[in-house]
Amino acid sequence: MTGRPRVAIVVFPGSNDDRDAAWALGALGADVDLVWHAEYELPEGVGAVVLPGGFSYGDYLRVGALASLAPIMGAVRRFADAGGPVLGICNGFQILCEARLLPGVLRPNRQLEFVCRDVVVRVETAQTLFTRRCVEGQELVLPVKHGDGAWYADEGTLMQLAARGQIVFRYTEDVNGSLGNVAGVTNEAGNVMGLMPHPEHAVDPLLGSADGGLILAALVDAAAAHALATA
Amino acid sequence: MLDLGDGLAVAFKVESHNHPSAVEPFQGAATGVGGILRDIVSMGARPVALLDGLRFGEPDWHFSRAVGGIGHYGNCVGVPTVGGETVFDEAYRDNCLVNAMCVGLLPVERLTRAKATGSGLSVLLYGATTGRDGIGGASVLASQELGDESAEKRPSVQIGDPFTGKKLIEASVELVSAGLVESLQDCGAAGIASALSEMAADYGIDVHLDRVPLREEGMEPWEVMISESQERMVAIVRPQMLEAVEAVLDRWELHHAVIGEVTSTGELRATWHGEVVGAIPARLLTDECPRYEVAQRPRLPRPEREIVDAPATAEALLALLASPGVRSREPVYRRYDQLVGSRTVRRPGLDAAVLRLRPSMRGLALSLDGQGRIARLDPFTGGALAVLEAARNVACAGGEPLGLTDCLNFGNPEKPEVGWELAEAIEGMAQACEALGVPIVSGNVSLYNETNGRAIHPTPVVGAVGLVQDVRLVPKGWREGDVVLLAGAGALSLAGSEYQARFGEVSGRPAPLDLEVEARLVSFLWRAAPLCSLVHDASEGGLAVALAESALVSDVGARLELLDEPVELFGEVGGRAVLACRAEVVADLERLAHESGVPLRRAGEVGGDTLLGVELRELRTAHGSES
Ligand SMILES: [Mg+2]
Repeated sequence: MTGRPRVAIVVFPGSNDDRDAAWALGALGADVDLVWHAEYELPEGVGAVVLPGGFSYGDYLRVGALASLAPIMGAVRRFADAGGPVLGICNGFQILCEARLLPGVLRPNRQLEFVCRDVVVRVETAQTLFTRRCVEGQELVLPVKHGDGAWYADEGTLMQLAARGQIVFRYTEDVNGSLGNVAGVTNEAGNVMGLMPHPEHAVDPLLGSADGGLILAALVDAAAAHALATA
Repeated sequence: MLDLGDGLAVAFKVESHNHPSAVEPFQGAATGVGGILRDIVSMGARPVALLDGLRFGEPDWHFSRAVGGIGHYGNCVGVPTVGGETVFDEAYRDNCLVNAMCVGLLPVERLTRAKATGSGLSVLLYGATTGRDGIGGASVLASQELGDESAEKRPSVQIGDPFTGKKLIEASVELVSAGLVESLQDCGAAGIASALSEMAADYGIDVHLDRVPLREEGMEPWEVMISESQERMVAIVRPQMLEAVEAVLDRWELHHAVIGEVTSTGELRATWHGEVVGAIPARLLTDECPRYEVAQRPRLPRPEREIVDAPATAEALLALLASPGVRSREPVYRRYDQLVGSRTVRRPGLDAAVLRLRPSMRGLALSLDGQGRIARLDPFTGGALAVLEAARNVACAGGEPLGLTDCLNFGNPEKPEVGWELAEAIEGMAQACEALGVPIVSGNVSLYNETNGRAIHPTPVVGAVGLVQDVRLVPKGWREGDVVLLAGAGALSLAGSEYQARFGEVSGRPAPLDLEVEARLVSFLWRAAPLCSLVHDASEGGLAVALAESALVSDVGARLELLDEPVELFGEVGGRAVLACRAEVVADLERLAHESGVPLRRAGEVGGDTLLGVELRELRTAHGSES
């Protein structure tokens, strides 16, 4: 296996942060494939998948609901089932919840307004594919920009997820009414993560924080490892 | 459009959507954003930034709905909102102003690539289907005064669909980048009729209205011709390219239909199932449209009323910072995506936002500024100030002003006083542009902003684009120990100022502007900015408010020696800027100021947690900004 790790970014009609994610992952050493939602397969050799932020299908019906049924999502599910790393950012998180690849749902922000600003999130566990370059308890500055970012599950689920180390990031304040200030969760296997803040907007230090690079660089590492393991 | 060097060009324009927003603020503001985005796309550019100038009576539900509408559209299409202004004044209570500016980037060769023109080319309509919404929007709403029956005009407001708008942008940029189309036109006010009239002026166009994809049954040909259904564009396509163009539009799931062809008749001719239902020599709709001179009668300001019982400086400063006109705009900007596109080096807040022109370290500084209250007292000064303020704002961020765009918001020009205001404001803008040596490259006019006979302030609004040589050197905030300097020497007055509006009665004649002095200040500021930790010009609220904003954004106070006079601390009109830098840089700045012919003096030093005798904590609470 030679060359840079390959990461697929799924483009839905209404994806907005797809080019941002492509730039950030490229800067962190990945080769990026932009994959149209109407495709049935991921490109050969892809080691990780990103579902980017945006307003897929205009958020019609319910955020993420229509995108979760797009043809490409079958391939994403197979990739995830085979242990491939999948990161859903913002709208991508919403899509993964709708597709039942992640627990919980995302509801409209408690303030019933879109919110765009830098927030601080705390790393709850460094034991995931996505936080290997962080340490537990580390605080990262990342921007949020969403109208439907209040993660919700029943209390029992939250406790269970926390016990299993599936709660990866929490806001250090109440940003949007998210249950337990949850900002990011994984599936039980730990290879699929949804994250409401935008790491791809925190890679170039000229644009603010560079803390998002820690998460995306770990994803690129994981892409290389997954591609090697399945080659 | 302007050449930026490095093979890149910038397209930008500001446009009003005032009347629809007065009738239905959410959709009015949203479709205003949609319209200006398509304008930039039709120039072959990818939109990279939005700015909005909002003027309302007060920060009420109506205003909040307009902010919501802008966010709804801009956030959804993935174009960041990076600036603008928010003004509250009784004069806009019944006629709010919503001005939207869009900035787009394109490869410079797209400007010069030869375009095929002439008969035989196909006219392709694509995007959303056409319905009865917005029929007569431009005539029913934009060109009449509003009255109590305005609610009945609500069906004339168009409904925006940002999801289709987003697909339209992506598909259009793809068509232009691949060289598949000869030109694009947005279907804005007056719909297909206006989109085609410009193209028809040079050649002629036959349009077959029965081929337009409709969303309603039983529409009449004239309704199809002038419907203002949103999210539609017209492309001129060589017949051999049609198949490739349609493939792109199919992939983006957009409706499309060839609705006509370019002819050589010079006529815009409409048919309906083969029968000619209308024809007009197209030049009558463009260059040869009827013109008339407006009558003018000066409106003299009331003599200046003296302010009695004005509070002491500290109290006045806190009251001004807390006033709706000066308060922090963070709660507004928070509702907009400011980041998408990964270019936003400086977010909205101080003077101008800065976007990085990746992969280079160069950047664009962007600002949108208007004048109302001062223009009411003296429209010439108001017009000139709008231009100067916009140019000064981009200069404070280190941007050399390259070009401007303007939106003229006025009352009913058939009234001689309004005609005079219009003529004076335009003259002021023209003279200021000449002094700066910066062109206005695009613009828009919104007239008849009156309700029940009461006109808004004459409100010229100007957008500026400046080129920043190195975005790493954009000033961020002053630091402990920095020297604070003041630049500028224009005459100051309280007439029309925020201070007068708050503590007295708006009256009097604003100080005269020396345009040469103002132009020199602008040219000094953009040269000085890369040497400074902070550059911020005084505007609403004068020098005291500018200093307080500087301290709040930097989170550290300053020890200053200033004349404790209201006109010195709170006066407006004459351009002034606060600069801060390391002590060892002061000599360089002084040399630059001397060469530029700009008075520069030391005012004190950064440090401590007070400013003008007020604790930073108190200033922050009044201003409502975050640390
Ligand atoms: Mg300013």
